[in-house]
Amino acid sequence: MFSRKVTDSIIEKLIFASGIAAILLVSLIFFFLLREGLGFFSEYSIKDFITGHFWYPTSKPAAFGILSLIMGSLFVTLGAAVIAVPVGVMAAFYISEVAPVSVRDVLKSGIELLAAIPSVVIGFIGMVTLVPLVRVMFDIPTGLSAFSGSLMLAFMAMPTIVSISEDAIRSVPWTYKEAALSLGATKWQTMYRIVLPAAAPGILAAVMLGIGRVIGETMAVMMITGNAAAIPESIFDPVRTMTATIAAEMGETVKGSMHYKGLFAIGLVLFVITFIINFIADTFLNRVKK
Amino acid sequence: MKNRVIRISVVALCFLTFGCSKESRDNAALAKSKSIQIKGSDTIVNLVQKWAEDYSSTDASLNIGITGGGSGTGFAAIINGTCDIAMSSRSIEEAEIKQAEGNKIHPFEYKVGLDGLMVIVNPKNPVVQLTLDQVRNIFMGNIKNWKELGGPDKKIVILSRESNSGTHMFFKEHVIRKGNKKSKDEFSPKALLMSSSQAIVNEISQNPNALGYVGIGYMSAELKAIAIAKKKGDKFVSPDIDSVLSDKYPISRPLFLYASSKDNKLVNALIAYALSDQGQKTVRKLDFVPLRKL
Repeated sequence: MFSRKVTDSIIEKLIFASGIAAILLVSLIFFFLLREGLGFFSEYSIKDFITGHFWYPTSKPAAFGILSLIMGSLFVTLGAAVIAVPVGVMAAFYISEVAPVSVRDVLKSGIELLAAIPSVVIGFIGMVTLVPLVRVMFDIPTGLSAFSGSLMLAFMAMPTIVSISEDAIRSVPWTYKEAALSLGATKWQTMYRIVLPAAAPGILAAVMLGIGRVIGETMAVMMITGNAAAIPESIFDPVRTMTATIAAEMGETVKGSMHYKGLFAIGLVLFVITFIINFIADTFLNRVKK
Repeated sequence: MKNRVIRISVVALCFLTFGCSKESRDNAALAKSKSIQIKGSDTIVNLVQKWAEDYSSTDASLNIGITGGGSGTGFAAIINGTCDIAMSSRSIEEAEIKQAEGNKIHPFEYKVGLDGLMVIVNPKNPVVQLTLDQVRNIFMGNIKNWKELGGPDKKIVILSRESNSGTHMFFKEHVIRKGNKKSKDEFSPKALLMSSSQAIVNEISQNPNALGYVGIGYMSAELKAIAIAKKKGDKFVSPDIDSVLSDKYPISRPLFLYASSKDNKLVNALIAYALSDQGQKTVRKLDFVPLRKL
Protein backbone atom coordinates (compact mmCIF):
# COMPACT_ATOMS: atom_id res chain seq x y z
CA MET A 1 0.00 0.00 0.00
CA PHE A 2 2.71 2.38 1.07
CA SER A 3 4.93 1.55 -1.91
CA ARG A 4 2.05 2.15 -4.31
CA LYS A 5 1.62 5.63 -2.90
CA VAL A 6 5.32 6.31 -3.30
CA THR A 7 5.39 5.10 -6.91
CA ASP A 8 2.34 7.18 -7.57
CA SER A 9 3.86 10.36 -6.27
CA ILE A 10 7.18 9.72 -8.02
CA ILE A 11 5.46 9.21 -11.35
CA GLU A 12 3.32 12.26 -10.75
CA LYS A 13 6.40 14.36 -10.16
CA LEU A 14 8.14 12.94 -13.21
CA ILE A 15 5.19 13.86 -15.42
CA PHE A 16 5.05 17.30 -13.85
CA ALA A 17 8.76 17.80 -14.56
CA SER A 18 8.33 16.74 -18.19
CA GLY A 19 5.40 19.10 -18.56
CA ILE A 20 7.33 22.00 -17.12
CA ALA A 21 10.51 21.16 -19.05
CA ALA A 22 9.15 22.38 -22.39
CA ILE A 23 8.06 25.73 -21.01
CA LEU A 24 11.31 26.07 -19.09
CA LEU A 25 13.31 25.37 -22.24
CA VAL A 26 11.39 27.90 -24.31
CA SER A 27 11.86 30.61 -21.70
CA LEU A 28 15.55 29.72 -21.34
CA ILE A 29 16.01 30.00 -25.11
CA PHE A 30 14.16 33.29 -25.10
CA PHE A 31 16.29 34.72 -22.29
CA PHE A 32 19.47 33.51 -23.98
CA LEU A 33 18.42 35.22 -27.21
CA LEU A 34 17.62 38.38 -25.28
CA ARG A 35 20.94 38.33 -23.43
CA GLU A 36 23.02 37.87 -26.57
CA GLY A 37 20.87 39.99 -28.88
CA LEU A 38 19.79 42.98 -26.81
CA GLY A 39 23.36 44.23 -26.34
CA PHE A 40 23.39 44.81 -30.08
CA PHE A 41 20.83 47.59 -29.82
CA SER A 42 22.86 49.62 -27.36
CA GLU A 43 25.40 50.13 -30.16
CA TYR A 44 23.17 50.04 -33.23
CA SER A 45 19.77 51.71 -33.46
CA ILE A 46 16.73 49.48 -33.86
CA LYS A 47 15.46 51.71 -36.63
CA ASP A 48 18.64 51.32 -38.70
CA PHE A 49 18.57 47.60 -38.01
CA ILE A 50 14.99 47.01 -39.15
CA THR A 51 14.85 49.54 -42.00
CA GLY A 52 18.47 49.50 -43.24
CA HIS A 53 18.86 48.33 -46.84
CA PHE A 54 22.41 47.02 -46.64
CA TRP A 55 23.78 43.95 -44.90
CA TYR A 56 27.60 44.14 -44.94
CA PRO A 57 28.47 42.59 -41.58
CA THR A 58 32.20 42.15 -42.16
CA SER A 59 32.99 45.55 -43.69
CA LYS A 60 34.39 48.45 -41.75
CA PRO A 61 32.23 50.22 -40.78
CA ALA A 62 29.75 47.37 -40.91
CA ALA A 63 26.17 47.79 -42.09
CA PHE A 64 23.53 45.73 -40.31
CA GLY A 65 20.31 46.57 -42.15
CA ILE A 66 17.97 43.60 -42.29
CA LEU A 67 15.11 45.02 -44.34
CA SER A 68 16.25 43.02 -47.36
CA LEU A 69 16.46 39.87 -45.22
CA ILE A 70 12.97 40.44 -43.80
CA MET A 71 11.66 41.02 -47.32
CA GLY A 72 13.45 37.86 -48.44
CA SER A 73 11.81 35.76 -45.75
CA LEU A 74 8.47 37.42 -46.52
CA PHE A 75 8.66 36.75 -50.27
CA VAL A 76 9.61 33.11 -49.82
CA THR A 77 7.01 32.53 -47.12
CA LEU A 78 4.14 34.26 -48.93
CA GLY A 79 5.04 32.45 -52.15
CA ALA A 80 5.04 29.12 -50.37
CA ALA A 81 1.72 29.93 -48.68
CA VAL A 82 0.06 30.88 -51.97
CA ILE A 83 1.05 27.48 -53.39
CA ALA A 84 0.68 25.26 -50.33
CA VAL A 85 -2.54 26.59 -48.79
CA PRO A 86 -5.02 25.97 -51.64
CA VAL A 87 -3.42 22.67 -52.62
CA GLY A 88 -3.12 21.52 -49.01
CA VAL A 89 -6.68 22.43 -48.01
CA MET A 90 -8.11 20.83 -51.14
CA ALA A 91 -6.08 17.70 -50.49
CA ALA A 92 -7.43 17.61 -46.95
CA PHE A 93 -11.00 17.85 -48.25
CA TYR A 94 -10.36 15.12 -50.77
CA ILE A 95 -8.87 12.80 -48.15
CA SER A 96 -11.54 13.27 -45.51
CA GLU A 97 -14.68 13.77 -47.61
CA VAL A 98 -14.28 12.32 -51.08
CA ALA A 99 -11.62 9.61 -51.25
CA PRO A 100 -12.61 5.95 -50.78
CA VAL A 101 -11.12 4.34 -47.70
CA SER A 102 -8.30 2.51 -49.49
CA VAL A 103 -7.12 5.64 -51.32
CA ARG A 104 -7.44 7.67 -48.14
CA ASP A 105 -5.02 5.44 -46.22
CA VAL A 106 -2.42 5.51 -48.98
CA LEU A 107 -2.70 9.29 -49.36
CA LYS A 108 -2.54 9.99 -45.67
CA SER A 109 0.58 7.95 -45.05
CA GLY A 110 2.13 9.29 -48.27
CA ILE A 111 1.66 12.88 -47.15
CA GLU A 112 2.99 12.10 -43.69
CA LEU A 113 6.02 10.53 -45.34
CA LEU A 114 6.63 13.86 -47.09
CA ALA A 115 7.14 15.41 -43.65
CA ALA A 116 9.89 12.90 -42.95
CA ILE A 117 12.13 14.03 -45.82
CA PRO A 118 15.04 16.03 -44.37
CA SER A 119 15.11 19.62 -45.59
CA VAL A 120 18.66 19.31 -46.89
CA VAL A 121 17.47 16.57 -49.24
CA ILE A 122 14.62 18.78 -50.46
CA GLY A 123 17.13 21.60 -50.96
CA PHE A 124 19.51 19.39 -52.87
CA ILE A 125 16.81 18.01 -55.16
CA GLY A 126 15.61 21.55 -55.76
CA MET A 127 19.12 22.77 -56.57
CA VAL A 128 19.79 20.03 -59.09
CA THR A 129 16.38 19.70 -60.78
CA LEU A 130 14.19 22.73 -60.12
CA VAL A 131 16.68 25.60 -60.31
CA PRO A 132 17.85 25.00 -63.92
CA LEU A 133 14.25 24.28 -64.97
CA VAL A 134 12.89 27.51 -63.46
CA ARG A 135 15.58 29.57 -65.21
CA VAL A 136 14.73 28.17 -68.65
CA MET A 137 10.96 28.05 -68.15
CA PHE A 138 10.52 31.65 -67.02
CA ASP A 139 13.50 33.00 -68.98
CA ILE A 140 15.00 34.69 -65.94
CA PRO A 141 18.72 35.35 -65.33
CA THR A 142 19.04 32.64 -62.68
CA GLY A 143 16.83 29.94 -61.21
CA LEU A 144 18.24 30.59 -57.73
CA SER A 145 15.26 32.73 -56.74
CA ALA A 146 12.51 33.30 -54.20
CA PHE A 147 10.16 31.41 -56.51
CA SER A 148 12.25 28.22 -56.47
CA GLY A 149 12.47 28.50 -52.69
CA SER A 150 8.71 28.98 -52.37
CA LEU A 151 7.99 25.97 -54.53
CA MET A 152 10.24 23.66 -52.53
CA LEU A 153 9.05 25.04 -49.19
CA ALA A 154 5.44 24.53 -50.24
CA PHE A 155 6.25 20.82 -50.22
CA MET A 156 7.51 21.14 -46.68
CA ALA A 157 4.46 23.04 -45.41
CA MET A 158 2.00 20.71 -47.13
CA PRO A 159 2.10 17.80 -44.63
CA THR A 160 1.35 20.11 -41.68
CA ILE A 161 -1.45 21.89 -43.52
CA VAL A 162 -3.03 18.69 -44.87
CA SER A 163 -2.96 16.64 -41.71
CA ILE A 164 -4.20 19.34 -39.33
CA SER A 165 -6.88 20.58 -41.78
CA GLU A 166 -7.99 17.01 -42.26
CA ASP A 167 -8.43 16.57 -38.51
CA ALA A 168 -10.44 19.79 -38.38
CA ILE A 169 -12.66 18.74 -41.28
CA ARG A 170 -13.24 15.32 -39.80
CA SER A 171 -14.22 16.76 -36.43
CA VAL A 172 -17.20 18.56 -37.98
CA PRO A 173 -20.19 16.66 -36.50
CA TRP A 174 -21.96 14.21 -38.83
CA THR A 175 -25.28 15.74 -37.89
CA TYR A 176 -24.35 18.97 -39.78
CA LYS A 177 -23.71 17.08 -42.98
CA GLU A 178 -26.74 14.84 -42.58
CA ALA A 179 -28.93 17.88 -42.05
CA ALA A 180 -27.53 19.58 -45.14
CA LEU A 181 -27.84 16.51 -47.34
CA SER A 182 -31.38 15.82 -46.17
CA LEU A 183 -32.35 19.37 -47.14
CA GLY A 184 -31.31 18.50 -50.68
CA ALA A 185 -27.86 20.06 -50.79
CA THR A 186 -25.37 18.35 -53.12
CA LYS A 187 -22.15 16.91 -51.81
CA TRP A 188 -20.21 19.92 -53.10
CA GLN A 189 -22.66 22.39 -51.57
CA THR A 190 -22.40 20.60 -48.24
CA MET A 191 -18.61 20.75 -48.34
CA TYR A 192 -18.42 24.36 -49.45
CA ARG A 193 -21.27 25.88 -47.43
CA ILE A 194 -21.39 23.70 -44.28
CA VAL A 195 -18.15 21.84 -43.67
CA LEU A 196 -15.74 24.57 -44.72
CA PRO A 197 -17.16 27.29 -42.43
CA ALA A 198 -17.47 24.83 -39.55
CA ALA A 199 -13.87 23.69 -39.93
CA ALA A 200 -12.50 27.14 -40.80
CA PRO A 201 -10.79 27.90 -37.46
CA GLY A 202 -8.98 24.55 -37.57
CA ILE A 203 -7.95 25.09 -41.18
CA LEU A 204 -6.65 28.57 -40.34
CA ALA A 205 -4.63 27.11 -37.48
CA ALA A 206 -3.22 24.51 -39.89
CA VAL A 207 -2.24 27.26 -42.32
CA MET A 208 -0.55 29.27 -39.60
CA LEU A 209 1.44 26.28 -38.34
CA GLY A 210 2.47 25.47 -41.93
CA ILE A 211 3.64 29.05 -42.42
CA GLY A 212 5.51 28.86 -39.13
CA ARG A 213 7.40 25.88 -40.47
CA VAL A 214 8.24 27.70 -43.72
CA ILE A 215 9.52 30.89 -42.12
CA GLY A 216 11.86 28.97 -39.83
CA GLU A 217 13.17 26.68 -42.56
CA THR A 218 16.87 27.17 -43.24
CA MET A 219 18.79 24.53 -45.12
CA ALA A 220 16.59 24.26 -48.21
CA VAL A 221 16.24 28.03 -48.66
CA MET A 222 19.97 28.53 -48.21
CA MET A 223 20.61 26.14 -51.08
CA ILE A 224 18.08 27.43 -53.60
CA THR A 225 17.19 31.08 -53.06
CA GLY A 226 20.53 32.55 -54.16
CA ASN A 227 21.26 34.44 -50.92
CA ALA A 228 21.54 37.94 -52.40
CA ALA A 229 20.90 40.51 -49.67
CA ALA A 230 19.05 42.94 -51.93
CA ILE A 231 15.41 43.96 -51.64
CA PRO A 232 13.61 41.79 -54.21
CA GLU A 233 11.50 43.46 -56.89
CA SER A 234 9.69 40.31 -57.93
CA ILE A 235 9.25 36.74 -56.81
CA PHE A 236 11.78 35.74 -59.49
CA ASP A 237 14.62 37.71 -57.89
CA PRO A 238 17.23 36.00 -55.71
CA VAL A 239 16.64 36.65 -52.00
CA ARG A 240 18.42 36.07 -48.72
CA THR A 241 16.29 34.98 -45.78
CA MET A 242 16.91 35.71 -42.10
CA THR A 243 17.40 32.05 -41.26
CA ALA A 244 19.92 31.46 -44.06
CA THR A 245 21.88 34.53 -42.92
CA ILE A 246 22.20 33.21 -39.38
CA ALA A 247 23.18 29.74 -40.57
CA ALA A 248 25.70 30.92 -43.14
CA GLU A 249 27.44 33.46 -40.93
CA MET A 250 27.32 32.11 -37.39
CA GLY A 251 30.34 29.87 -37.95
CA GLU A 252 32.63 32.75 -38.81
CA THR A 253 31.83 35.20 -36.06
CA VAL A 254 33.95 35.75 -33.02
CA LYS A 255 31.91 35.29 -29.82
CA GLY A 256 30.78 38.62 -28.44
CA SER A 257 31.53 40.68 -31.57
CA MET A 258 28.97 43.04 -33.12
CA HIS A 259 28.37 40.59 -35.95
CA TYR A 260 27.69 37.79 -33.45
CA LYS A 261 25.25 39.95 -31.52
CA GLY A 262 23.64 41.11 -34.76
CA LEU A 263 22.91 37.51 -35.75
CA PHE A 264 21.30 36.93 -32.36
CA ALA A 265 19.25 40.08 -32.91
CA ILE A 266 18.00 38.55 -36.17
CA GLY A 267 17.17 35.43 -34.17
CA LEU A 268 15.17 37.61 -31.81
CA VAL A 269 13.19 39.11 -34.70
CA LEU A 270 12.51 35.60 -36.03
CA PHE A 271 11.45 34.40 -32.59
CA VAL A 272 8.97 37.25 -32.26
CA ILE A 273 7.54 36.55 -35.72
CA THR A 274 7.09 32.80 -35.13
CA PHE A 275 5.71 33.50 -31.67
CA ILE A 276 3.03 35.77 -33.13
CA ILE A 277 2.16 33.19 -35.80
CA ASN A 278 1.89 30.38 -33.27
CA PHE A 279 -0.14 32.57 -30.97
CA ILE A 280 -2.65 33.28 -33.74
CA ALA A 281 -2.78 29.57 -34.62
CA ASP A 282 -3.39 28.70 -30.98
CA THR A 283 -6.22 31.18 -30.64
CA PHE A 284 -7.96 29.61 -33.63
CA LEU A 285 -7.37 26.07 -32.37
CA ASN A 286 -8.94 26.98 -29.04
CA ARG A 287 -11.95 28.37 -30.84
CA VAL A 288 -12.38 25.00 -32.58
CA LYS A 289 -12.58 23.22 -29.23
CA LYS A 290 -15.37 25.53 -28.02
CA MET B 1 7.22 -7.31 -8.86
CA LYS B 2 9.90 -5.86 -6.63
CA ASN B 3 12.21 -8.69 -7.64
CA ARG B 4 11.93 -7.75 -11.30
CA VAL B 5 12.67 -4.11 -10.62
CA ILE B 6 15.84 -5.09 -8.80
CA ARG B 7 16.91 -7.43 -11.57
CA ILE B 8 16.43 -4.73 -14.17
CA SER B 9 18.42 -2.22 -12.18
CA VAL B 10 21.26 -4.72 -11.73
CA VAL B 11 21.39 -5.27 -15.47
CA ALA B 12 21.30 -1.51 -16.07
CA LEU B 13 24.07 -0.98 -13.56
CA CYS B 14 26.21 -3.58 -15.33
CA PHE B 15 25.72 -1.78 -18.62
CA LEU B 16 26.50 1.56 -17.06
CA THR B 17 29.74 0.48 -15.42
CA PHE B 18 30.80 -1.43 -18.51
CA GLY B 19 30.00 1.57 -20.69
CA CYS B 20 31.89 3.92 -18.39
CA SER B 21 35.02 1.85 -18.15
CA LYS B 22 35.15 1.43 -21.92
CA GLU B 23 34.71 5.13 -22.47
CA SER B 24 37.42 6.14 -20.00
CA ARG B 25 39.79 3.68 -21.64
CA ASP B 26 39.13 5.33 -25.01
CA ASN B 27 39.74 8.76 -23.52
CA ALA B 28 43.05 7.69 -22.09
CA ALA B 29 44.08 6.33 -25.47
CA LEU B 30 43.14 9.59 -27.13
CA ALA B 31 45.19 11.65 -24.71
CA LYS B 32 48.25 9.52 -25.37
CA SER B 33 48.01 9.79 -29.15
CA LYS B 34 49.22 13.00 -30.74
CA SER B 35 46.59 15.16 -32.36
CA ILE B 36 46.41 18.37 -34.39
CA GLN B 37 43.19 20.27 -35.08
CA ILE B 38 43.11 22.29 -38.32
CA LYS B 39 40.27 24.60 -39.42
CA GLY B 40 39.61 27.29 -41.97
CA SER B 41 39.65 28.12 -45.66
CA ASP B 42 37.69 25.88 -48.00
CA THR B 43 40.06 26.93 -50.75
CA ILE B 44 43.01 25.00 -49.39
CA VAL B 45 41.27 22.33 -47.35
CA ASN B 46 42.08 19.67 -49.96
CA LEU B 47 45.71 20.69 -50.10
CA VAL B 48 46.16 20.58 -46.33
CA GLN B 49 44.30 17.27 -46.26
CA LYS B 50 46.81 15.83 -48.73
CA TRP B 51 49.77 17.16 -46.75
CA ALA B 52 48.32 15.68 -43.58
CA GLU B 53 47.75 12.30 -45.22
CA ASP B 54 51.26 12.13 -46.70
CA TYR B 55 52.87 13.35 -43.53
CA SER B 56 50.95 11.15 -41.09
CA SER B 57 51.56 8.03 -43.21
CA THR B 58 55.00 7.97 -41.55
CA ASP B 59 53.51 8.17 -38.05
CA ALA B 60 50.39 6.12 -37.33
CA SER B 61 49.81 7.57 -33.85
CA LEU B 62 49.44 11.08 -35.27
CA ASN B 63 45.83 12.22 -35.39
CA ILE B 64 45.03 15.18 -37.64
CA GLY B 65 41.49 16.59 -37.83
CA ILE B 66 40.74 18.98 -40.69
CA THR B 67 37.55 21.01 -41.23
CA GLY B 68 36.71 23.76 -43.73
CA GLY B 69 34.17 26.54 -43.30
CA GLY B 70 36.07 29.58 -44.55
CA SER B 71 39.13 31.55 -43.47
CA GLY B 72 37.10 33.57 -40.96
CA THR B 73 35.93 30.33 -39.36
CA GLY B 74 39.56 29.26 -38.93
CA PHE B 75 40.54 32.55 -37.30
CA ALA B 76 37.50 32.43 -35.04
CA ALA B 77 38.61 28.93 -33.98
CA ILE B 78 42.17 30.11 -33.27
CA ILE B 79 40.83 33.02 -31.22
CA ASN B 80 38.42 30.77 -29.31
CA GLY B 81 41.26 28.29 -28.76
CA THR B 82 39.58 25.37 -30.52
CA CYS B 83 42.22 24.61 -33.16
CA ASP B 84 46.01 24.40 -33.55
CA ILE B 85 46.32 25.58 -37.13
CA ALA B 86 44.08 27.95 -39.11
CA MET B 87 44.13 27.62 -42.89
CA SER B 88 43.57 30.90 -44.65
CA SER B 89 43.43 32.46 -48.08
CA ARG B 90 43.85 35.98 -46.65
CA SER B 91 46.17 37.42 -44.06
CA ILE B 92 44.97 37.82 -40.50
CA GLU B 93 43.48 41.20 -39.55
CA GLU B 94 44.67 43.54 -36.82
CA ALA B 95 41.39 43.12 -34.97
CA GLU B 96 41.71 39.35 -35.06
CA ILE B 97 45.26 39.46 -33.69
CA LYS B 98 44.06 41.69 -30.88
CA GLN B 99 41.20 39.36 -30.04
CA ALA B 100 43.58 36.37 -30.02
CA GLU B 101 46.03 38.19 -27.77
CA GLY B 102 43.14 38.97 -25.45
CA ASN B 103 42.85 35.19 -25.06
CA LYS B 104 46.64 34.83 -24.62
CA ILE B 105 47.13 33.30 -28.06
CA HIS B 106 49.79 34.59 -30.46
CA PRO B 107 49.07 33.34 -33.97
CA PHE B 108 52.16 32.79 -36.12
CA GLU B 109 52.00 33.13 -39.90
CA TYR B 110 53.45 30.78 -42.53
CA LYS B 111 53.06 31.45 -46.26
CA VAL B 112 52.70 28.03 -47.86
CA GLY B 113 51.71 28.64 -51.48
CA LEU B 114 49.98 30.89 -54.01
CA ASP B 115 46.64 30.78 -55.72
CA GLY B 116 45.33 32.48 -58.85
CA LEU B 117 41.72 33.61 -58.76
CA MET B 118 39.99 33.10 -62.06
CA VAL B 119 36.88 34.90 -63.19
CA ILE B 120 34.74 32.20 -64.77
CA VAL B 121 31.73 32.01 -67.05
CA ASN B 122 29.82 29.31 -68.85
CA PRO B 123 31.57 28.09 -72.07
CA LYS B 124 28.43 29.17 -74.02
CA ASN B 125 29.11 32.79 -73.03
CA PRO B 126 30.86 34.59 -75.94
CA VAL B 127 32.88 36.95 -73.67
CA VAL B 128 36.53 35.80 -73.44
CA GLN B 129 38.47 38.74 -72.00
CA LEU B 130 37.91 41.67 -69.65
CA THR B 131 39.99 44.40 -68.06
CA LEU B 132 40.33 44.47 -64.28
CA ASP B 133 38.20 47.62 -64.21
CA GLN B 134 35.41 45.92 -66.14
CA VAL B 135 35.49 42.99 -63.71
CA ARG B 136 35.30 45.43 -60.81
CA ASN B 137 32.34 47.28 -62.33
CA ILE B 138 30.49 44.03 -62.95
CA PHE B 139 30.87 42.89 -59.35
CA MET B 140 29.88 46.33 -58.04
CA GLY B 141 26.73 46.24 -60.14
CA ASN B 142 27.69 49.14 -62.45
CA ILE B 143 27.74 46.92 -65.54
CA LYS B 144 24.48 45.00 -65.48
CA ASN B 145 24.04 43.48 -68.93
CA TRP B 146 26.23 41.20 -71.04
CA LYS B 147 25.57 43.35 -74.12
CA GLU B 148 27.70 46.13 -72.59
CA LEU B 149 30.61 43.68 -72.86
CA GLY B 150 29.87 42.41 -76.35
CA GLY B 151 27.68 39.53 -75.23
CA PRO B 152 23.95 38.81 -75.64
CA ASP B 153 21.22 41.05 -74.20
CA LYS B 154 20.99 39.20 -70.87
CA LYS B 155 21.26 40.34 -67.27
CA ILE B 156 24.54 39.41 -65.58
CA VAL B 157 24.11 37.12 -62.58
CA ILE B 158 26.95 37.86 -60.13
CA LEU B 159 28.11 34.99 -57.97
CA SER B 160 30.25 35.66 -54.92
CA ARG B 161 31.24 33.68 -51.84
CA GLU B 162 29.77 34.20 -48.35
CA SER B 163 31.39 37.03 -46.38
CA ASN B 164 33.27 34.61 -44.07
CA SER B 165 35.27 33.38 -47.06
CA GLY B 166 38.87 34.50 -47.48
CA THR B 167 38.29 34.43 -51.22
CA HIS B 168 35.43 36.92 -50.79
CA MET B 169 37.59 39.23 -48.63
CA PHE B 170 40.55 39.02 -50.97
CA PHE B 171 38.45 39.76 -54.02
CA LYS B 172 36.79 42.69 -52.26
CA GLU B 173 40.07 44.19 -51.12
CA HIS B 174 42.10 43.68 -54.28
CA VAL B 175 39.62 43.89 -57.13
CA ILE B 176 36.68 45.93 -55.84
CA ARG B 177 38.70 48.28 -53.62
CA LYS B 178 41.85 48.02 -55.78
CA GLY B 179 44.01 47.52 -52.68
CA ASN B 180 43.00 50.93 -51.30
CA LYS B 181 42.45 50.43 -47.56
CA LYS B 182 40.30 53.56 -47.25
CA SER B 183 37.92 52.63 -50.03
CA LYS B 184 34.37 51.78 -48.96
CA ASP B 185 33.35 50.12 -52.22
CA GLU B 186 31.34 46.94 -51.82
CA PHE B 187 30.05 44.02 -53.80
CA SER B 188 26.67 44.84 -55.30
CA PRO B 189 23.95 43.74 -52.84
CA LYS B 190 22.49 41.85 -55.80
CA ALA B 191 25.46 39.48 -55.77
CA LEU B 192 24.39 35.93 -54.94
CA LEU B 193 26.38 34.71 -51.95
CA MET B 194 27.21 31.05 -52.48
CA SER B 195 28.22 28.77 -49.62
CA SER B 196 31.19 27.20 -51.44
CA SER B 197 33.36 27.50 -54.54
CA GLN B 198 31.82 24.26 -55.75
CA ALA B 199 28.36 25.87 -55.55
CA ILE B 200 29.63 28.70 -57.80
CA VAL B 201 31.04 26.16 -60.25
CA ASN B 202 27.75 24.21 -60.26
CA GLU B 203 25.64 27.28 -61.03
CA ILE B 204 27.96 28.56 -63.74
CA SER B 205 28.22 25.19 -65.44
CA GLN B 206 24.45 25.31 -66.10
CA ASN B 207 23.79 29.05 -66.40
CA PRO B 208 25.19 31.06 -69.36
CA ASN B 209 24.29 34.39 -67.67
CA ALA B 210 26.34 33.80 -64.56
CA LEU B 211 29.82 35.02 -63.68
CA GLY B 212 31.85 34.25 -60.58
CA TYR B 213 35.33 33.79 -59.14
CA VAL B 214 37.10 30.66 -57.86
CA GLY B 215 40.67 29.44 -57.37
CA ILE B 216 42.42 28.07 -60.46
CA GLY B 217 42.26 24.58 -58.93
CA TYR B 218 38.56 24.49 -59.86
CA MET B 219 39.14 24.68 -63.65
CA SER B 220 37.16 22.12 -65.64
CA ALA B 221 35.67 21.62 -69.10
CA GLU B 222 32.32 22.96 -67.90
CA LEU B 223 33.85 26.38 -67.22
CA LYS B 224 35.63 29.09 -69.15
CA ALA B 225 38.25 31.27 -67.47
CA ILE B 226 38.27 34.92 -68.59
CA ALA B 227 41.61 36.41 -69.67
CA ILE B 228 42.29 39.55 -67.63
CA ALA B 229 44.25 42.71 -68.43
CA LYS B 230 45.53 44.93 -65.62
CA LYS B 231 44.34 48.02 -67.42
CA LYS B 232 43.03 49.08 -70.81
CA GLY B 233 45.67 48.48 -73.49
CA ASP B 234 47.58 45.86 -71.50
CA LYS B 235 47.89 42.30 -72.72
CA PHE B 236 45.09 39.93 -71.67
CA VAL B 237 46.52 37.07 -69.61
CA SER B 238 44.83 33.72 -68.96
CA PRO B 239 45.10 32.35 -65.45
CA ASP B 240 47.39 29.32 -65.11
CA ILE B 241 50.24 28.20 -62.89
CA ASP B 242 52.95 29.83 -65.03
CA SER B 243 51.24 33.19 -65.37
CA VAL B 244 50.61 33.35 -61.62
CA LEU B 245 54.16 32.29 -60.70
CA SER B 246 55.63 34.88 -63.08
CA ASP B 247 53.21 37.51 -61.67
CA LYS B 248 51.77 38.28 -65.12
CA TYR B 249 48.24 37.33 -64.10
CA PRO B 250 46.82 40.18 -62.00
CA ILE B 251 44.55 38.39 -59.49
CA SER B 252 46.65 36.11 -57.35
CA ARG B 253 47.04 35.75 -53.61
CA PRO B 254 49.16 34.00 -51.01
CA LEU B 255 47.86 31.05 -49.01
CA PHE B 256 48.64 30.87 -45.30
CA LEU B 257 48.74 28.53 -42.36
CA TYR B 258 48.51 30.19 -38.94
CA ALA B 259 49.82 28.24 -35.95
CA SER B 260 48.30 29.04 -32.57
CA SER B 261 51.77 28.90 -31.04
CA LYS B 262 55.41 28.80 -32.19
CA ASP B 263 56.40 26.01 -29.84
CA ASN B 264 54.09 23.14 -30.72
CA LYS B 265 56.51 20.52 -32.10
CA LEU B 266 53.84 18.52 -33.90
CA VAL B 267 52.53 21.61 -35.66
CA ASN B 268 56.01 22.83 -36.59
CA ALA B 269 56.94 19.47 -38.10
CA LEU B 270 53.78 19.43 -40.21
CA ILE B 271 54.40 22.96 -41.47
CA ALA B 272 58.04 22.16 -42.21
CA TYR B 273 56.79 19.26 -44.34
CA ALA B 274 54.40 21.60 -46.19
CA LEU B 275 57.27 23.96 -47.01
CA SER B 276 59.66 21.18 -48.11
CA ASP B 277 60.19 20.35 -51.80
CA GLN B 278 57.93 17.35 -51.45
CA GLY B 279 55.17 19.42 -49.84
CA GLN B 280 55.48 22.08 -52.54
CA LYS B 281 55.18 19.41 -55.23
CA THR B 282 51.82 18.53 -53.69
CA VAL B 283 50.86 22.19 -54.05
CA ARG B 284 51.49 21.96 -57.76
CA LYS B 285 49.73 18.60 -58.06
CA LEU B 286 46.54 20.11 -56.61
CA ASP B 287 46.63 23.01 -59.12
CA PHE B 288 47.84 25.66 -56.73
CA VAL B 289 51.04 27.59 -57.33
CA PRO B 290 54.15 26.57 -55.35
CA LEU B 291 56.27 29.22 -53.60
CA ARG B 292 59.27 28.60 -55.85
CA LYS B 293 60.10 26.88 -59.13
CA LEU B 294 60.63 23.17 -58.44
